[in-house]
Amino acid sequence: MALSTSSNFVRPDDAFRAIVEAHRGLTEEQSADFDAALVLILANHIGDIDVLREAIGLARRRMIDGQQQQQQQQ
Amino acid sequence: MAQAKSQFGYRRHPDQDRSAQGPAAHPVVIVGAGPVGLSLAIDLAQRGQRVVLLDDADRIGEGSRAICFSKRSLEYWDRLGVGDRMVEKGVVWSVGRIFHGESQLYQFNLLPEDGHKRPAFINLQQYYAEAYLVDRVSDLPDIDLRWRNKVTALEQRNDSALLTIETPEGAYRLNAQYVIACDGARSSLRQMVGAEFAGQVFEDQFLIADVKMTAEFPTERWFWFDPPFHAGRSALLHRQPDDVWRIDLQLNRYADPVVERKPENVRPRIARMLGHDKFEFEWISLYKFQCRRMDRFIHGRVIFAGDSAHQVSPFGARGANSGLEDAENLSWKLDRVLRGKSPASLLESYHIERSMAADENIRESTRSTDFMAPNSHQEARLRKAVLSLAKETEFGKRMVNGGRLSVPCSYDSPLSSRDADAWSGGPPPGCSMLDAPVAAREGEQAYLTDVFRQGGTHFALLSFGNGAPIELPDGVKDIRIGGEAGLADPAGLAAKRYDAQPATAYLLRPDGYVAARFRHPTGAMIAAALSRAQGLN
Repeated sequence: MALSTSSNFVRPDDAFRAIVEAHRGLTEEQSADFDAALVLILANHIGDIDVLREAIGLARRRMIDGQQQQQQQQ
Repeated sequence: MAQAKSQFGYRRHPDQDRSAQGPAAHPVVIVGAGPVGLSLAIDLAQRGQRVVLLDDADRIGEGSRAICFSKRSLEYWDRLGVGDRMVEKGVVWSVGRIFHGESQLYQFNLLPEDGHKRPAFINLQQYYAEAYLVDRVSDLPDIDLRWRNKVTALEQRNDSALLTIETPEGAYRLNAQYVIACDGARSSLRQMVGAEFAGQVFEDQFLIADVKMTAEFPTERWFWFDPPFHAGRSALLHRQPDDVWRIDLQLNRYADPVVERKPENVRPRIARMLGHDKFEFEWISLYKFQCRRMDRFIHGRVIFAGDSAHQVSPFGARGANSGLEDAENLSWKLDRVLRGKSPASLLESYHIERSMAADENIRESTRSTDFMAPNSHQEARLRKAVLSLAKETEFGKRMVNGGRLSVPCSYDSPLSSRDADAWSGGPPPGCSMLDAPVAAREGEQAYLTDVFRQGGTHFALLSFGNGAPIELPDGVKDIRIGGEAGLADPAGLAAKRYDAQPATAYLLRPDGYVAARFRHPTGAMIAAALSRAQGLN
């Protein structure tokens, strides 16, 4: 496991808030553009393909979990 | 079109008059006299093999088609005796520029260092390359080049393949120990062995036009994303000899190819790009690119090389160049097998190594094509972010993919012996040799690739410094750098590029790939690595 999933920010709320605020006032389209740029910037900062792949895997599991939840609700 | 001889006559061959004796038998029959088939024939003939080379046409194909030939291909053509002619006619380049809209995003240099005999690339129309190769073929009596000989049937036997060949004077048959199918992306041999050719088709269409004009653009590869003259799509401009310029314009997937190919419709597009219409068309073509490969490159006695085995989109110059790498990989192996010096299983390493290269080329050219023609709204969004970040960040520039240009593939190969020593540089086993300036005498300038070629492109031991004398196995050439009797390394580049210390040695294969390397070689180590590289264990 190269990806750190322990809490790395001293004040996690500040980090979450910073991202939320960056989206304020943007249209859906602009928000998506912003996220794409932010993802690329952060991915490059990490600079480790294994960590990136793990992060992608972790994020992808949200999609799978979401689908399963939807199916269960139906 | 100013070019060398391009039309060749059909000639009847005595093989066609053997109905009583049965079909003539030949060790090697190559099908397809394109750059790959011609180069392979020359290579095999230089190794002393007799080759029959068949082509269904009677002329060199029209249109420039492949235009970018890599350093690696030029080094191979040097060995085949045609490198100088190609480079003299070709335009040499190493710099590419990428533009987005009106402004330049960045530029790259594919060979930013000195001390190499050959440049990163030359651009040369494929018809010149083929014409020079045909000229070279005519110097070699062991090659029997038969125009208007079309293979129409194939029958695999235990130790040979029987070909039926159609000519203007009727059909005849030939028996070949090995058939090498260099008959292009629409290979009929591939259909005859019943092999699939699976992969990805890109939906966007690309207009390729060669135009003749006098222009002041530098000899560089220019690539645009979303240029003002061709909004929302990509464009490429590249120089060829004879004041001919290659222009690629991306069109959308719904464009009507018949309409778009008409010169009256192409002209305004090009005029918008150039800002004038003082040009003539040499060639216009419209493509949908495909990336696909055969599952196996060897089917019984038929071996596939070049576009017949694998096809890529053109951004990256990985088509013809990878076909030429196929030829140089196959030639020495086939020669050894035909001489009974190595078992037929050595040929399997051709499939392993070159299908690995095909996967790499397909991966790279698929990525480039996807970057140019994003498949979804989100892919387009990510590309937009990269192009935008490229304006102010280095990492963004490096993510912009306007084509990753062909470099020799490295092989994870059963022929390689793994490193046992510590290395901090130099080409590891499975990688191509690197060039460097060396000199036999003071003031003389030569290159390592020349010395390797002059050795006859057999196995060679490249050793540095005053190592302990080693008795070399039979057939291994000795290339020494430094020490008392060795070549001089005036700039120290050979030692640097090979991470050399006194006694360091590299065992090179006949195709210039590194088979093994040693800090302190012994005769036994070299013999073992050689035996492995020859497929003997």
